[in-house]
Parts: sequence; structure tokens; C-alpha cells
Amino acid sequence: MKKLHGVHVPHNKNTANMKPVRLPLPASVTIPMSMGIGAPAKPVVKPGDAVKVGQMIAEAGGFVSANIHSGVSGTVKKIGEMMGAMGRSMQTVEITVDGLQEVSEDLHAPEIHSLEDLLKAVKDSGVVGLGGAGFPTMVKLSVKDIEQVRYICVNGAECEPFITSDTRTMLDRTDDMMTAARLLVQFFKPEKMIFGIEKNKPDCIKVMKDAIQNEPLMEVQALPSMYPQGGEKVLIYHTTGGIVPEGKLPLDAGVLVLNVTTLAVIGQYIKTGMPLVEKVVTVNGSAVKEPKNVIVPIGMLMKDVFEAAGGFKEEPGKILYGGPMMGVSVPDMEQPVLKTTNAILAFNKKDSVLPEPSACIRCGKCVQHCPLHLMACAVERAYEKGDMERLDELKINLCMECGCCSFGCPAHRPLVQTNKLAKAQLMAWKKAKEAAK
Amino acid sequence: MLNVSASPHIHSGESTRRIMLDVLIALSPALIAAIFNYGFRALLVTAVCVISAVFFEWGFNKLCKKPCTIGDLSAAVTGTILAFNLPVSIPLWQAAFGSLVAIVVVKGLFGGLGKNFANPAITGRIAMFLSFSNTMSDWTYKPLLSADVISSATPLAMIQAGEKVRILDLLLGMHGGCIGETCILALLLGFAYLLRRRVITWHTPVVYIGTVFVLSLIFGHNPILQILSGGLFLSAIFMATDYVTTPTTAWGKVIFGLGCGLLTILIRLFGSYSEGVSFAVLFMNILTPYISKWTETKPFGGMKA
Repeated sequence: MKKLHGVHVPHNKNTANMKPVRLPLPASVTIPMSMGIGAPAKPVVKPGDAVKVGQMIAEAGGFVSANIHSGVSGTVKKIGEMMGAMGRSMQTVEITVDGLQEVSEDLHAPEIHSLEDLLKAVKDSGVVGLGGAGFPTMVKLSVKDIEQVRYICVNGAECEPFITSDTRTMLDRTDDMMTAARLLVQFFKPEKMIFGIEKNKPDCIKVMKDAIQNEPLMEVQALPSMYPQGGEKVLIYHTTGGIVPEGKLPLDAGVLVLNVTTLAVIGQYIKTGMPLVEKVVTVNGSAVKEPKNVIVPIGMLMKDVFEAAGGFKEEPGKILYGGPMMGVSVPDMEQPVLKTTNAILAFNKKDSVLPEPSACIRCGKCVQHCPLHLMACAVERAYEKGDMERLDELKINLCMECGCCSFGCPAHRPLVQTNKLAKAQLMAWKKAKEAAK
Repeated sequence: MLNVSASPHIHSGESTRRIMLDVLIALSPALIAAIFNYGFRALLVTAVCVISAVFFEWGFNKLCKKPCTIGDLSAAVTGTILAFNLPVSIPLWQAAFGSLVAIVVVKGLFGGLGKNFANPAITGRIAMFLSFSNTMSDWTYKPLLSADVISSATPLAMIQAGEKVRILDLLLGMHGGCIGETCILALLLGFAYLLRRRVITWHTPVVYIGTVFVLSLIFGHNPILQILSGGLFLSAIFMATDYVTTPTTAWGKVIFGLGCGLLTILIRLFGSYSEGVSFAVLFMNILTPYISKWTETKPFGGMKA
């Protein structure tokens, strides 16, 4: 099978061998009600309420939504509002931390005897897809017909530079992962469960191979060390050979994809009843004094994380949620750690600016690099002309925004940015066309 | 103040300038060979072409109030390739005229780098060929280590006249011809460098030269002599691989190479010119938008609209 294209990115995984350290708690946390795809959660606490670790503070605001729990004990300060990094205004619950970290008495390990029990546990754990988009896992697992699930792919590719929190999950939380993995295999009865891990993580491959030794249906697959192996469509193709059809879900290719940390959180909930309340976050980047992996409660503000993790050695020029290929840059450090946050990176002034774009020389490198065989240069020309039929023909809607085209462009053109704009415009155009009919 | 921008936040470090520099490096063995074969005048002609090309690019941008683009080195590449397509005895003002046509008429007036539909160097050369037919086919030269001025026909003309040509002479370029086209070994060295640096892919040059080889065989000519003579290697490696004026996809490059090979042989064997690579590449440049259209990639998982 021919592998899909990609780019060789610098790995910068210098934190891979650093066991996560628990940071001192901040004075307060700010937990947004919107931490992924779907409806925002609805707060179930009010100012003045005492909360404990693991206590639910907000319930799912619809089917595609997830419960939110507190990672600290303390008192609810206020129900506020903030502007998220994606430019969306979101409701928040602010909690003053008392530092006692009293665990809620309501937590107890669930008993799992059926698929329904498993789904309920996943819902109660508050877990969302921790690989990136934050799609509620319970919704993903609510498959109409389990016959459809031929493969379960566990995504341990972690192809983004700098991030090593999934690496740490595989090394430190193998048991939690396996607890969840066994139950998923038991109730979904797939033909195979495949752990996809990039070749640049031999330790993880070894640990996982040892862990699945006595599991006939499980398999570890070493993926090429090329970005973006962790892209869902790329992972599915390279592990199962399946192709997700346009506009369809992985399930239509017979595959369920779960991130390794998602799996670990489910396993932890099943074992202890402790929902998703804290994250292992990689703190790194050229402005950071001491790169490391840290354990922090969800809702801890970036400024508190950076400070507690050792501060900056240079004034940061750019700060990111996530890795440098797909991460989101933030306007200030008042942004909290979210359920989906796996790294926060700070770059010095020099690394914060990319070269100015120049004229496209039609070298075709964007076409050579695109994992999905799209033609970013042609998309750019069609977008500039406003040619929607052409954008439709070029299938810009398939773009997963991995950034390979921009990364390799010798003319430094912001291709993936244009792709995003083109996608949005094409979608609006199609909607208008539908409406006109 | 934090910089907020869209992802990705890192870059491979590749640049247009680096690519053009690689092309210049790849062209340098042929220039050294040319100095040996044709004396220092080869260097002089090349320098005149490069300097005039860069000057016209600078002047044109200035006149049009556009940002200065000479730093991307594309004008220097155009100048070098143009010079490589000229006889060493060319009057210098004519060489500069070629640069003017290449940079201003073919490139600048169509919108600058990336917008021209035809290869500037080739079109500049053709304009010179039609304007100055005498000086453009004057093959007198004085090798660096020789006291005698040599006047000889090009190997292609010799082959047409039924004379014998030595293959070693062809490989080393010790015969009449354009400045940069004759030393095949030097051009191959440049080809290897460009492949190694991933500036170009093998498709166009291999298919182009292969097509000429096979068609020569079919038409009953010595295929080795046909591929080693004239400007085929220079054209296949450095001109038929120009990003702007050739297709972007692998299959597009294959078709482009096939077309160039076919036209080259047709002109050489059945036309009134002894050499046809420039016209072949120019013609295929014009077909490029169509080839690109036919050879678009198939999006992964895409459904028929």
C-alpha cells in the first residue's frame, strides 16, 4: 500500500522522557462551558457553592455535549464570560481554590456489564476526543449498529512537534488504557483493535506491545515518522487501508478512532470513578525556561501554568494551544487549560514571525505534500477569483487543515489559511444554492 | 503584545531564493566546462546576460512601482539559461537584447514571476534566433587551451550532412554549439544535484530524453548521437522543468516530456532547422494549462460531484 504524503517536521520531543510533575495549584481556575464541538454545558453550581474534586459543575447542554467536573476543591466565585481563543464568547465557572483538594464523596467506580453501562460511564466521565477537536466521546461511541465497527483505531501517533503528553499517557497510564481497551473490544466486538504509533516513539511501541501480548484482537502498528500520521483519515488509511468517503464519518469506513489519552481517561473513570478533571500538558517552546510535562487542573490559566512551570527565559512573542502545525495562537495568557489542551507552547519574538509571502512559482510542492492529494495552489487561484464551482471541483471541503501545504511552500504563501476561508465560502455558497432550490 | 496568526506556526525553511540558488549551483559545472571549451568569452557572455537580466528586472519593477524582486534570483537564473543557449561569438548587445525580451516582454508584462506562460529564456532565445539568424548560428570559437580559432558545424548539422561524430567529444562538449548545452557530463552533474536537493523530479527529463531516444530508433537514426547532440540535455534538465511554465503533477510532467520529445524529433528530422528543442519546449509551454487540467490529482476519498 502506498503511504499518503506528508512533511518531515522537526520533532522537538525533548520532553518525552520527562515524567509529568504536578504543579502547585493556582489561586483560582476559570472553566469554560465550551471545550469542544457541540452545545455548551449548563452550569449546575452557583456563586458561593462549595465544590470538591470530581464534582460535576455543569451538565451536557444537549446530546452533542459533555458534562464538566471540577479539578479543584474550593468555592464558586462567579459564573462569568470570556472570549475564547477561537473568537467565541463562552460562559465560564470561576472557582476560588482552597488548596485542600477534597475529593467528592459521590465518586464511585461504575460497574460495567453491558454496552449501555460502558456508554453511561463514558458519558459520566465527561470525556471528549482529546486528540484535538473535542467531540464528545459518548456520541462517537453511540453507534446504531455495532456490526458497523470493524476496527477500533487507537491514535498514539502524536505527530505534532513538541507535544509529548500522549507519549506520557502511553508510558505512564498503560493500565488505564488497557482497562478501557479491553471493554471496548468486549462490547464492540471489532475484528481488530489497532494502536497506531509513530516510529519516532520506540519506547511507546515497546510498552504497548508488551501490554497487548495476551490480547489476540489487539495489534500495535508502527507508523512512518511523518506528519500528519495522527490525522484521522491518514491514520485510518495507514492502519486499516480504509478510506473515509467525502462528507462521511470514520464509521462509514468501519472504523472508530480514539486518542490514547481519551482511552486512559475512560479507563481511569471505570477504575476509580474520577472523571476528566486534569490534564498532562507539555510546556515547551523557545521562550520557555524549563520545558517539561505538567499535571494541571482543567481551567488553570496559561499565565499561572507558565509561572508555576518555571517561567520564561525570553519575552514570548507567540503562545499556542497545541502544536505548531495546527495549534491556535492566543491573544493573551488569560486563556485556561481546556479538556483538549495537550500542550501550551511559548515562542520567542524571533520564532513568532514567519517570512512574508511572495509570488507563487507553481512548484507544485503543496500538491506533493498534501496527504489528501488536494491542490492548494489551484484552490488559491480559484478562491481569489471567487470561482465556487472550481472550489467544489477541487474538493476543498476535504481539507483537514493539517498545514503541510503552507509548511513546505517556498513562497511562504498562507495556503492553509486560504483553504479555511475557501471551505467556509464554499459551504455558504452551497447552502445558498440549496435554499434557492 | 502576542502575535496572533493562523497555523502552521513553523516553516520548512524552503524559499524561492534557495531553489533558484540551487538551480544556479546546478548550472555551474556546465559554465566551467564552457570556459574550457570556448574560452573566457563564455563567461563574459553569461555575465552580460545575467547582469542585464537582473538590471531589466530591477528597472521594470521600478518603472511599474512594484516591489523589487531581484533578490529571489530568478532573473539571474533566466540570464544564465539564456546565455547557455547562445553561441559564444554572439555580439554582447544582442545577448542583452535577449535578456530584455526574456525579462520584460515574456515575464514582466505578464505579471512577473509565476505569471508568465512561456519560458522567458527560451522565448528570448527564439526572438534572437529569428532576429539575428547569422550571429545566432555562427559556431566559431577559441578553446581556453588552444591558440587556434575553430569554426565548425554543430554535431546535429554534421549528422545531417552524414559526417562522423565521436561520442566522447559529445560527452565533454568539445565541438561547436551553444555555450552551456554541449558538455553532457556537466549537465548530468547538475541534474543529479537538482534531484538530490529535490528541486525537480526525474519525470520530465527522463521521459523527454527517453522519447527522443526511442523515436530516433524508430526513424532509423543513431539514438545515442541524437540524445547527446544539440541542446536536448540542457533543455530537458533546466528548461522543461521550469516550475512556472510546466505542469505540476507527476503525470502532467510525463505528458509534457513526451510532447517535448516528439516535437524535438519531428523538427530535427523533418523540419528545416537542425535543432528543435526550443520550439518544442515553447510549444509545450503553451499546452501546459491543458495538460494541467487533464492531470489534476484525484482528491483522497472525494466523491464525484
